[in-house]
Amino acid sequence: MLVYLLKRLGMTLLVVVLSMVFLGLLVHLVPGDPVKIILGPRASEALSALVRQEMDLDEPVLVQVWNFMVGAAQADLGQDFASRLPVTEILANALPHTVILALASLGLAVLAGVPLGVFAASHPGTWIDRLTGAVSVSLITMPAFVAGLLLLLLFAVSLDALPAVGSGSFSDPADYVRHLILPSVALALTWVGYLARLVRVNMLEVLGSPYIRTSEAFGLRPRLIFYKYALKNAIIPTIAMLGFGFGNLLGSAVFVEIIFSRPGLGTLLVDSIETRNYPIVRGAVLVVTVLVVLANLLADLSYRLLDPRIRLAGKEA
Amino acid sequence: MAAPALAVRPRRPLPGLASLQQVTSRPAGLFGLAVVLGLLVIVVLGPLLAPYGYSEQNIGERLQGPSAAHLFGTDQLGRDLLSRILVGTRVALGVAVPAVLGALACGLVIGVIAGYVGRWVDNVLIVVMDTLQAFPAVVLALALLAVLGASLQNVIIVIIVSFAPGYARVARALVLVAKENAYVEAERALGAKDLRIVLVHILPNIIAPMLVLVAMDIPAAIAVEAGLSFLGVGVQPPTPSWGIILSDGFERARETPWPIVFASLALMVTTLGFTMLGETLRDVIDPRIARVRRWRRTV
Repeated sequence: MLVYLLKRLGMTLLVVVLSMVFLGLLVHLVPGDPVKIILGPRASEALSALVRQEMDLDEPVLVQVWNFMVGAAQADLGQDFASRLPVTEILANALPHTVILALASLGLAVLAGVPLGVFAASHPGTWIDRLTGAVSVSLITMPAFVAGLLLLLLFAVSLDALPAVGSGSFSDPADYVRHLILPSVALALTWVGYLARLVRVNMLEVLGSPYIRTSEAFGLRPRLIFYKYALKNAIIPTIAMLGFGFGNLLGSAVFVEIIFSRPGLGTLLVDSIETRNYPIVRGAVLVVTVLVVLANLLADLSYRLLDPRIRLAGKEA
Repeated sequence: MAAPALAVRPRRPLPGLASLQQVTSRPAGLFGLAVVLGLLVIVVLGPLLAPYGYSEQNIGERLQGPSAAHLFGTDQLGRDLLSRILVGTRVALGVAVPAVLGALACGLVIGVIAGYVGRWVDNVLIVVMDTLQAFPAVVLALALLAVLGASLQNVIIVIIVSFAPGYARVARALVLVAKENAYVEAERALGAKDLRIVLVHILPNIIAPMLVLVAMDIPAAIAVEAGLSFLGVGVQPPTPSWGIILSDGFERARETPWPIVFASLALMVTTLGFTMLGETLRDVIDPRIARVRRWRRTV
């Protein structure tokens, strides 16, 4: 396990470093003056000079990339062109909103998706199974921004039941939660479908395994076999998916934050692209990527810890 | 002397008539095929089917609900929504199909090289692919568009960059299996060059499952295009992308729900149709693919 842990940590670090290199090189992917690429052709001379100096664009490309990586490693991602505030400070203010949204969505997806999958698996081949299958596919294929817009129309515009704009305040938790309901449901729907399908398939696979047949032969109650012995093993692969799900939700949060006018990394990213505030674009992309990589690492390690078969296979190898 | 029996290559048949019958015998496959064929008809005949020009403005009839004159209603400039959604099908598929085929081509080249050459080449390519896959697809697309600028061509490019690593991984996995086959060993023993082995013996055997992935990725690409256009960094007005129709509808959601309702319906039916066709094709042609493929990133 230790060897695997070290290898996995090394790989994670390498991916993070390469992501920084990619982001450092990004402005050089397009031929031409990087300042013009960042600010557009109509930028003033003063602003162009400022950007050139702050982003080390007079230096050789490799030096620029190195400076960006060293800065990022020290939590220094430069300054916002407009407000002159440190980018890390701006990102730190936006990050909690996005993380809370992604975690709330993931929680909702687990709460709805796992029981839906278990329910389908408990009625294999019936109309219930087919109906839940159709619902799952429909949810999976519904983009988060479509779900967000339809929820906004129904619950905020037509019924006026839930707030559609902003995030509320941390100082008023009830208000914050009310503002979180529609965005998190919009973001969770796709993952409700994914998890329902995954849990159903895993349950059916486990229910066909020899130890379940043995349990039946011993006369254990079907309910006990289904919920204690089958579900416990069928749920393990779902855990690995949650890490991936968190990363995926962080990406899709861009749309939901825009639709519900919530503060967060997504709103910051889109606003910064519109205002050509490149240090914030680069910083926000880096933060999201690091979070995704860490979530995948955590999921991978917890999967190995939870599933003794993988742990033992690792030892034998 | 005749070639040894081992050299006879069991070619995987491309999806043919038998596969088509199997697809249409399943409700999901039939639904998917009907949707995709319907979309192709709309793509070809779109402007002919549209009752009005997609950019034809009539301010006097702005923000109307569905009526006999405008079946889907009108937008903020009095443009007919049905016409815009019909022509928008061309934009959706006109971006998604070349983008996914481009990703397939890039992914195939990278995956085949990584899987066939192996050693350090494989390690380097896999780390690069892992790095690109570490970025959520939308975030990577936004980062690239921040530099490239918003346009239809650039949306195709960013989708290729976002999707190619997935194809490369699958192609690599399939090549690793294919190159261990006895007929490849026999060809090598007979002195065949690597390029010939790859082009004549390996590619034909991995292309069918890869094509199934194309059907499954087209809805994801359609969603990415619509999403980026919704955010204002994709296809630019007046081109009637479904994302732009949704964006216009979002700005006037309190005045009329119809742009959001109909553009959402178009997107959902399209993505559902392609997904169901793709999944049925996968089950019919190559069930193994679900095992070798990593979880796909979607919007």
